[in-house]
This record gives sequence, structure tokens and C-alpha cells, in this order.
Amino acid sequence: MERGPHLCRVDLPFLSCPIPQGRVMAEIPEHLLKRAQAAREKAAAEQAANPQEAPTSSGDNSQKKGSEPETAVIENDEQAEAALAILETGLDGKLLQSHIAPGRGLWIRVAIDDWRKAAKVAKEDLDCNFFDWLSAIDWMPSPYGREHDTEQDYIDEELEDETLTKMEWGYTGGKTRFQLICRLHSISRNIGVMIKADLPDNDPRALSLIPIFPGANWHEREAREMFGLTFEEHPDLRNIYLPGDFEGHPLRKDYPLLARRMKPWPGVVDVELMPGDEK
Amino acid sequence: METTESEQIAYIASQAADARVNVEVETDEGMTLNLGPQHPATHGTLRIIAKLDGEKVIAAEPIMGYMHRGYEKLCEVRTYPQVTTLINRIDWLGSFANEVPFILASEQLMEVEAPPRAQWIRTLLFELSRIANVSLFLGDMAVQVGATTPVFYAFRDREFVLNQIERVTGGRFHPNFDRIGGLKDDLPKGWIEETGSVIKRMRDFCDEMEDLVLGNEIFQARTRGIGVIPPEVALAYGLSGANLRASGVDWDIRRDSNVGLVYDKIDWKVWTHPDGDSFSRFWVRLQETREACSMIEQLLENIPSGPIMAKVPRIIKVPAGEAYVATENPLGEMGFYVVSKGDLTPFRVKIRSASFSNMSIAPWLLKGVFVPDIISILASLYFILGDIDR
Repeated sequence: MERGPHLCRVDLPFLSCPIPQGRVMAEIPEHLLKRAQAAREKAAAEQAANPQEAPTSSGDNSQKKGSEPETAVIENDEQAEAALAILETGLDGKLLQSHIAPGRGLWIRVAIDDWRKAAKVAKEDLDCNFFDWLSAIDWMPSPYGREHDTEQDYIDEELEDETLTKMEWGYTGGKTRFQLICRLHSISRNIGVMIKADLPDNDPRALSLIPIFPGANWHEREAREMFGLTFEEHPDLRNIYLPGDFEGHPLRKDYPLLARRMKPWPGVVDVELMPGDEK
Repeated sequence: METTESEQIAYIASQAADARVNVEVETDEGMTLNLGPQHPATHGTLRIIAKLDGEKVIAAEPIMGYMHRGYEKLCEVRTYPQVTTLINRIDWLGSFANEVPFILASEQLMEVEAPPRAQWIRTLLFELSRIANVSLFLGDMAVQVGATTPVFYAFRDREFVLNQIERVTGGRFHPNFDRIGGLKDDLPKGWIEETGSVIKRMRDFCDEMEDLVLGNEIFQARTRGIGVIPPEVALAYGLSGANLRASGVDWDIRRDSNVGLVYDKIDWKVWTHPDGDSFSRFWVRLQETREACSMIEQLLENIPSGPIMAKVPRIIKVPAGEAYVATENPLGEMGFYVVSKGDLTPFRVKIRSASFSNMSIAPWLLKGVFVPDIISILASLYFILGDIDR
């Protein structure tokens, strides 16, 4: 199972040996492989019997919205559209991209220089005075695959290369690896807005939101230690959860989960031997 | 050999640190008081370093992370059905309520909807977890201001609720019962009648707590006008749940942005209190427990029949997309931001837990209060450490 070149160089100062290329999982015994094969065949037979149940692996979600005849899908969301119009005028057309999932919410993306301004506009023009949360997303696919990939998990092979090696952004697109995301809620209008901003790859830093929402303090501390981002004008950027001398940023995708390095996860199909079972 | 005063202070400080006593040092700027990490008022392991001037707190800083388990990272390497086992352990007093927002977010992405009966049972168990969670608060708050009896009543009566949850799910604390598309099992025989009698008992418990605690002069002296949070501050810090409603903000996710549960089909009321002090937080939670009792009675009466599981594929693969679903958990707003890339595992899960935001107001709130009020204010904010540290 060759997986193609890794997207980034793995450099871990706290591991004495470098992580080898490719798979480092333990060998899987023959009998488990046989059982997994049987389970796979059974699943394939079941899916062939009920073709309408087959899971969809289509990446483009927004186009599928209207194609469900039996459930009443809300086609357009006037409330969200009105909110979007207010944000657009407030930001003077600096809004890069937006997305409305009808009945589910409103996403906007701004440039990182407008990060604080966007929050301010949302607070003042849209009356979003409830600070919900702030975090980040690392859009780089994990160089370790799914971490629990064992032979049992290759139920449909065609999915593998595409999703595991290509960088893809969710709603409202993106350009860089790290994306800040913040959710504000307006109680008077009863609508929440997700604000996203791309962080530059070489120097991921943004202006702190503390002057607008003091509650951003702890959320930004968490984002800093988990993703290695920097927030300017933040009074106190110490670690909030991790020990002070912790190395690395755990929620980055290239940070390995050490437990999975030691012992492979049984995976989707549970084929672990129970006490009393024979090989 | 003569020693200077500062040397003596340094010596005493080092001795104190060795002996791990709570009072650390006295310097020119005042005294530093170390509370925790092991302290009964912290519901886990939370440490608070308070700088004092006499009896007054000049600055207080909560230090967390003693129980950080990295759930956001662990969720990325588990399949969707496996994630519920983890997130059960975030707020361990109302576990079932943790599973619901994640399952609802996944269902949104998959465009699956649970059948009506499953939605009703979900709402039922959700409110039962609220009673199991908040009833402990009612007893615990009294303990923190010096009354020991109520907590035993709380533990005694809460057991009946936990028994009902156990009879359905098989687990007292970690049900792991919610599934994408429905529930694991239907209600057992005779459960509805039994729950009805348990709810009657919980109503009596609420009355008992009101008699025992709420009218008590000492309790009122310790909580009235203490730890006041104005509504705009509460909103800017992201306070949610009963803490927000005790500051007079009329906002409840169950009523205002309800997703997937049947709160719109029953008759109930959102309780708010204008004061914003410790007392009002207790009062709002007491009323909410009563309201939950009446909600459960209505739910038990009108529960529809039918299947409890929608049609979902055997191997759950969630289409690409992003979804955020929040529910009104016993502690406040709990939300899951699920980013999927069409794989078996979520690409990123952001857990918005209530206690984390509720606690982030503590440095602001504890400034200027007296030392014994630290405990009563923390108890009234009501946090679970697992919900802060995740």
C-alpha cells in the first residue's frame, strides 16, 4: 500500500528515531485478514442487495441540497441572507467568500487583516453580542493517513489517495494551511455567524479579539498552544492546558498520536480475539 | 549569623512549598493563596491562585489542564460511532446530553433524520440527564456555603434518576446510547410508569431543597448580591445556560434554535432572574429542574410509537461538509463543530463546552470579592472539570 510522498517533513525533536516513510503499523496476523475479508465480502453483498443505501462519497455538498425529494429541505434562508447583506455592507466588499447552508448557518471568509474588523462589524451591525467560541483548523491532510488504517479498513480503495493527500477546504474555500474560525451569535436576530480567515503559512498571526470580546482570551490561548498561532495584543499567551515545557502543537495534523504509533487500532471491523477465542 | 527579612521570607516560602500548605508567601504586594488542585469545591482538579490584600482578592487566576485528555485530537482518529464513547466523558454527570449535539451534527451532514419516537426518547433522556446533573448542584451548592445535609438528599434522590437511565441504556454514567439515525434500543417494559413515579419524587425533592436551602438566612447572606454578573459581560464572555439566564438574558437554545429534539411540541417555560448573583443562579437551576420534571411528564404522556432507527448504511461515512449543532446541556451551551471530508472519521471536531466559557469569567468575577466568597461563587457558576479540560 504505497501512499505517495508525504506533504511535509516530519521533524520531531522528542522522538529519538525519525518516523519511517510509509506504514509503521505492526504485522496483521493471517487469520484476522481472513476474517476481515469475509466481513468485507458480507458488507459488499449487503450493499449490492440494497443499492439505495450505498454511502455517498461525493465531495460537493452544496449541490446535493435540493436532490432529496422525501425530506423537506429548506431551499433558501431569508434570515441568513439578510444577515449576509448587512455584513457585506459593513465590510465594504472586503468579504472574500460566503456560504449559506439553509437552516444550518452562515459562513463568511475575510482576509486576515480584516479579522478584528469583521468581528467588530458583526457585533455592531448584526448585534452579535454573544461570543460563542474561537478556534482554528489545520487543513493539511494528516501525513499518517487515518492513524487507524489497518488492512481491515480498506473497504473501498478508491477513496484513499484523493482524500488523504490533497489539501481541500470546506465551505467558503481557503488558500493556506491554517484557518482561524470564530462563531458569534446574535440573540436578538437569533442567528449565528461563522467567521473564517486564512492565516499566512510562514507567520501565522492575527490580531486578538480581546478588545471586542474579553471572552476570547482563553480561546486564543488554547488556539495558540494547540496550533502554534500567535495573537497580537494578547496580554497573556501562556499555555492553558499543556505543561509549560511541552514541545509541539498537538492539534496540527503532522503531530503524531503516539499511542497509535505503538499499537494499531483494530479499525472499523472488530476482529479482536476475545478471551477464550482460538486462533 | 543575621539574616535579612527577605531571606527569611524566601526560606519560609521554600518550606511552605515543600510542605504543600495552601498559604504560599506574603510579600509586599500581599499574600498569595493557592486553592487546589485538590479541593472539594473544584469538582475535579482545578487550581486557583489568588492574590490577596487582607481578606480581599486582588487577582485570581484559574489554572486548568490537570485533566486535559485531548478529545479533539482523539476524535480525529475514531470513526463516527466510536466518538460517542469519548464524548460521554466530557460532562460526566449528564453524559447522555453530551452525545446528542455530536450525533445531531453528524445527522445534519448525512441528511438523515431520526424517527419521531427516537427524537422523543432522546429528549426524555436529555431532560433526565439534566435532572441527574442539576440535582447534584442543588445539594453541592449548599455544602459549599456550609450546610452538609442537602447534599445527602441530593445523592439519595438522584440515584432514582440514574436507575431509570440505567434501565434504558445499561449505564449509569456513560450511556453511549445515541446512534446516528436513532437510538440503540427502545424503552424497556414498564419504564414509563416507573419514571412517572420517579419524577413525582424529584418534584418533592425540589420542594424539599427550596424549604431547606433557598429560604435559609445564612444561605441568602452568603449568596445574595455576591458574584454579580451584568448581562453584557456575561454575553461577551460567552456564558450560557442557567448562568446567562440568571443574569436576565432570555435565551435558551431549546426554545430559540432547537435542532432535532421535540421541545417545540411540549409546553414549557424559560426561567430567568434579573439579579445575576449567586442566589439567582441557584434559583434558576432549581426552577429548571422543576420545569424538566414537567417536561418529562408531558413527554411520557405523549410519546409516539414507531421505529427508533432510521435507515443508515452499516458503515457510516459522512459526506463532506461542515456543521455546527449546539444544545442546551445541563451546564450550558454545548456544541460540536464537525468538519467532514467524506471519510470514516471526522476531519476536525471542535468541542464547544459550556464550562470552559463559564469559567473564563472567573478572573473578572473574583476580583474584589472576599476569600470565602471564592468558593460560593465558583460553586454557583457550576462547572465540571471534564467539561473545562475536555
